[in-house]
Amino acid sequence: MTDLDRFLATFLNPAVAGQYAGAIAAGVLVTIEVAVAVLVTGLALGLGLAVLRAYRIRPLNALIVIFVDVFRALPPLVVILLAYFGLPNVGVTLSAFAVLWLVLSLVLAAFAEEIVWAGILSVRKGQWDAARSTGLGFAQTLFYVVLPQAVRLAIPPLTNRAIATTKNTALGSVIGVGEIINQAQTAVAVTGNATPLLMGALAYIIVFVPVLILAGRIERRFAWRRA
Amino acid sequence: MDALLQQFFNLDVMAQAWPLVLKGLGMTALLCLAVIPLGLGGGLLVALASLSGSRALRWSVRVFADLFRALPPLVLLILIYSGLPFAGIRLSPFAAVCLAFLLNASSFYGEIYRAGIESVGRGQWEAARSTGLTAGQAFGYVILPQAVRNVLPDLVSNTVEVVKLTSLASVVSFTELLYAADMARSVTYNASPIVLAALIYLAILWPVVRLTSRLEHRIAA
Repeated sequence: MTDLDRFLATFLNPAVAGQYAGAIAAGVLVTIEVAVAVLVTGLALGLGLAVLRAYRIRPLNALIVIFVDVFRALPPLVVILLAYFGLPNVGVTLSAFAVLWLVLSLVLAAFAEEIVWAGILSVRKGQWDAARSTGLGFAQTLFYVVLPQAVRLAIPPLTNRAIATTKNTALGSVIGVGEIINQAQTAVAVTGNATPLLMGALAYIIVFVPVLILAGRIERRFAWRRA
Repeated sequence: MDALLQQFFNLDVMAQAWPLVLKGLGMTALLCLAVIPLGLGGGLLVALASLSGSRALRWSVRVFADLFRALPPLVLLILIYSGLPFAGIRLSPFAAVCLAFLLNASSFYGEIYRAGIESVGRGQWEAARSTGLTAGQAFGYVILPQAVRNVLPDLVSNTVEVVKLTSLASVVSFTELLYAADMARSVTYNASPIVLAALIYLAILWPVVRLTSRLEHRIAA
């Protein structure tokens, strides 16, 4: 066996690839499930908190700022381990999937709140005054006039952050969520062959490169409209 | 409530874990000292290459940078740490982490630098060159300082991300802060050491996070 053959048999082994294609595909499905769940709850919660903050209720805003800062400053893996290993001892037992979903949602919500809030702040004060002077109430002004403009400004940074957070689904492998890299590592351990690892990496690239391209397009489009 | 305090804020357990966690903190600091300069330097090279005149260089660097930005850093790390030994290359956890983060961080820093360099008007370059500065001087003394200032908030917040990423080194058994804390947790059956680690991360990163939101809001205003 030449070196090249040995290399191919180790890294690009068709037999191993065929055997574990199903497992990796199952991992892709789990990754997409967690990612979609996190996007929905994280973005909704972040948007909700930003709206709440616009009412400028002092004690509430202090809490929101603390929540946002803490989840922006902590490495997500720290929070995941804390929730996964700490909560059962106080009587709250969540599945690994639920922990991953919950923690990543909170992280995304923190970043989304910060971004949308910056968007709300950057809408000119004249917009508020003009809307209020036409007889719109505070909530009407916020929802019909300010928020649509704020969200538009927020979309490019929001897409970037959403992608970064969905990539963090890989952290689930540490607590045993059967997503892509977890499946790949299991397969490597069983076969003693590196092929599943490359398949896992390839799966991430297949899932995320189109998302990155789409995000770049969204970013350019909204940047252009803003100018 | 008592159970909650016992489980998450147990001072006895924290005190017991303190020496170990402190050692972990030292390793995290060491890791940051290696990884941040590597990323900042590598990123500059990536930015220069992706703006270079040679089409082949430009495109190959862009493709690789996109690839490393698409891969979750943990996946890259595992690929390097458990994949390379199959090719006969055995890296220590520290070297594996450095290599993975060099590839990951320089791709992200590279994008940021590139946006910064592109934000500096072409006239600056022409003016600098026409005063007799060489290409290197014009870039180093005229373009780069303005570029960095324009993207400073992004550079800082990406650095926060890199510091947070060092916690991934725990997955390849590098004894940094999180690994040490998790070891203490598994010995004491108590989550307080991880809370301790979280508090340390907060103490280091919270001021920087505050700073970045201040910088960003000022830019937006």
